[in-house]
Amino acid sequence: MTTVAELLADAPFFAGLRPPTIELIAGCGSNVQFEPGALIFREGAPADAFYLLRHGTVSIEAHSPTREPLVIETLEAGDVLGWSWLFTPHRWHFDARALTAVRATSFDGICLRGKCEADPALGYELVSRFAQTLIERLQWTRLRLLDVYGHAAQR
Amino acid sequence: MPPSAELEAPPTGAMAPAPYRVCRRQRETSDTWTLTLEPLAGEGIAPEPGQFTMLYVFGVGEIPISVSGTEGGRLVHTVRAVGAVSAAICAAKRDAVLGVRGPFGTVWPLREAAGRDVVVVAGGVGLAPLRTAVRTLERGRGDYGAVTLLYGGRTSGDLLFRSELEQWRRRGMLAVDVTVDAAQSDWKGRVGVVPKLIKGANLDSDSAMALVCGPEIMMKFSVTALLDRGVAPERIHLSMERNMRCAIGHCGHCQLGSTLVCRDGPVYSYDRLAELIAVREL
Repeated sequence: MTTVAELLADAPFFAGLRPPTIELIAGCGSNVQFEPGALIFREGAPADAFYLLRHGTVSIEAHSPTREPLVIETLEAGDVLGWSWLFTPHRWHFDARALTAVRATSFDGICLRGKCEADPALGYELVSRFAQTLIERLQWTRLRLLDVYGHAAQR
Repeated sequence: MPPSAELEAPPTGAMAPAPYRVCRRQRETSDTWTLTLEPLAGEGIAPEPGQFTMLYVFGVGEIPISVSGTEGGRLVHTVRAVGAVSAAICAAKRDAVLGVRGPFGTVWPLREAAGRDVVVVAGGVGLAPLRTAVRTLERGRGDYGAVTLLYGGRTSGDLLFRSELEQWRRRGMLAVDVTVDAAQSDWKGRVGVVPKLIKGANLDSDSAMALVCGPEIMMKFSVTALLDRGVAPERIHLSMERNMRCAIGHCGHCQLGSTLVCRDGPVYSYDRLAELIAVREL
């Protein structure tokens, strides 16, 4: 059976980390599964975990009382789900729902935050990697804000 | 402009529209229609994937429209109603007569793509100029490596050729990934921008060929993602859009730097375009 540390070592998100650092992070991880339709986390709830998706698709949803849920983005195997565990106020900003059967590695945010405070080098590594993911998603969000499929283009 | 191009004579009849009858009309989205046109006389023209024609609505005006299909001598055009002429084309009823000039322009490099992985990246109505290329790739499937179509739209209701997308997916000859910018819970596919899909596409970056068409900003992000994957600029091909008027390289309305899109394009390799599209307001 593959250990959490071995899964981490193969994940691009953790590429380049030294084995002791991998072991440190893996100590806060466990494998989880979600059935299709299952709510992984809910907007406003305490953000005390993040997930490395290994199989399946997850939707990030925004809710409004007057309309259907709006799917903002879908994430898939290899993607990291959730960064609110790392930044105050440590609450989820959106819902996350399994669209298919999902297998993931879940990391206990409180456990990891404690290790980051004790080991700033680990904290730097994690913040750098999450910042990279944030930048990438910010760029895609900016592209969507441009509404490129609006009425500008026609050949 | 090179001297040879200055002296080059336009093809016979390139400025005189030939009459075509609308024989089929199909709604694609709320503002986009696909028209099938047949020539009133003769055998019609045979555009290659990537080329465009000038469509003339008599009494209204003429615009360049990419060819989204051919059926024998019949021409298929998919048009989004965004201006007076395109709205008039979309409103043309069965048996209405339109003028057609062409075909014009450069083609998708499908022969050069033989033996390579091919990734087709389309956004919005940009799938229309790529549809004939995708059909050719599927028909000649054995001649290519992995073939992937990545297609993005604003919402699921804005996607073109939905039944054909499903057929391509079902036949399994090419990988089809579709994404939309925003969705409600009835959409079961991907949500996100189309360049994001490039990261996970099945391609050998040392030899893969990319064909890209869509809004220029979407193409810009797609090119960045392809370059990040290691696809060489000369193997990334884009279809550009400018204000084509004469379509034979004489009037200069579609000038893009030292090139004319109607004559030197619309399909360019990125190594030719990189400096041009970096120039603001060009």
